[in-house]
Amino acid sequence: MRQSIVQWFRFASPQSFYPLAGRMIPWFWAAAIVFGIAGLWISFFVAPTDAQQGEGYRIIFVHVPASWMSMFIYLVMAFWAGLGLALNTRVSAMMAQALAPTGALMATLSLVTGSLWGKPMWGAWWVWDARLTSELILLFLFLGFMALQAAIDDPRRADKAGAILALVGVVNIPIIYFSVKWWNTLHQGSTINLNKAPSMAQTMLWGMLLMALAFWMYSIAVALMRVRAIILERERNTEWVKHALE
Amino acid sequence: MNAFLATVRRDLLLALRRKSEVLTAVFFFVIVTSLFPLGIGPEAVLLKKIAPGILWVAALLATLLGLPRLFATDHVDGTLEQMVLSPSPLGLLVAGKILAHWLLCGLPLVLLAPLLGLQFDLDASALGILTLALLLGTPLLSLIGAIGAALTLGVRGGGVLLALLILPLYIPALIFGAGAVEAHIAGLDASGHLSLLAAMLALAVFFAPWATTAALRVALE
Repeated sequence: MRQSIVQWFRFASPQSFYPLAGRMIPWFWAAAIVFGIAGLWISFFVAPTDAQQGEGYRIIFVHVPASWMSMFIYLVMAFWAGLGLALNTRVSAMMAQALAPTGALMATLSLVTGSLWGKPMWGAWWVWDARLTSELILLFLFLGFMALQAAIDDPRRADKAGAILALVGVVNIPIIYFSVKWWNTLHQGSTINLNKAPSMAQTMLWGMLLMALAFWMYSIAVALMRVRAIILERERNTEWVKHALE
Repeated sequence: MNAFLATVRRDLLLALRRKSEVLTAVFFFVIVTSLFPLGIGPEAVLLKKIAPGILWVAALLATLLGLPRLFATDHVDGTLEQMVLSPSPLGLLVAGKILAHWLLCGLPLVLLAPLLGLQFDLDASALGILTLALLLGTPLLSLIGAIGAALTLGVRGGGVLLALLILPLYIPALIFGAGAVEAHIAGLDASGHLSLLAAMLALAVFFAPWATTAALRVALE
């Protein structure tokens, strides 16, 4: 047991994590492509046309996984940031920094696909629905995290300040979500109830799950590539980086 | 506790010697709320409906205006470092500074709100709820804002960044604060909103000085 713990902590050093990440990236890319092709095939050719929504519903195969990933990435980011703050491990903080742009991308993708879906289905690009509003606020939280890190020159301070912000955000996310939800029911703005979606065909569910896996693998692959770039940038004055790039 | 009171007294004293800074935020509040009728039109029914939202958004922005000053001057002249080194716990001193900030930036808004609400044709009981909601909400704004002020201390473009970081976190306060007044106007019970606001305030009183202290230590190291 003791042996295994020591093994894991070895990768907290940028020098040993850099090659490990390099070895893992092709596998995650491969998994992302395989799941993506399978998911797209099911979502375009296998899944039946929806009785009420026609072909337009197929955007949910991108929309739902993107929304899931945006929320999940925020949690993972906060986890790494908190770990970096508690244990003072450099790679954890770099990981949090590397995840933020992907999270923001997923939130944006979710909002854009949502409004593209909303226009033909609801007749409006934007509805002040609880989920849409919380997703928008989540995007703001990602942007705030990235802006704070970009504004601080000292990387160590940027890591720690970003970590505190991410943790404050995690405490706030449930509060924001429920307040937006109650605000929405109080105002009764939209008559569309997302919760009453018609029960989904089995194939649709499979397509969505495969796409979610593809997005997940893609996020890991991209985050690892980004963390490698961050490691090189921050450790550029060390001896091992000079050898690693030869 | 002495250190806490001494910090409050010191910050109030400093602010009273430079009154214009405090008054600027208050006038900002007044001007912003007066701009909305000019932009929207003098329709009494519509204005009455949107009054709680306008007053609350203006209060958020006015609070935000005073936040960069919370730690900046003390940071520049080195007082903040002395506070970190002092034998009293930093969290207590920070809590004192936040309380002073609320007394200077939050309390005037609470006291002015009924007057501004009259411009929007709110009746007496709605004004009471508005004042009560602001009384519970503005300390919450100061507490959450202090975390942002500490995080952006001495950072390039700190003021704008502060708005980006803090405004999303202000959303629950805005929803329940304005919601309380709207619920009252609609003939519903506002106590649920006020209770939630009070619960968030209790949570923030406990956690915010602690997070602010952590952020200050990061900024000063």
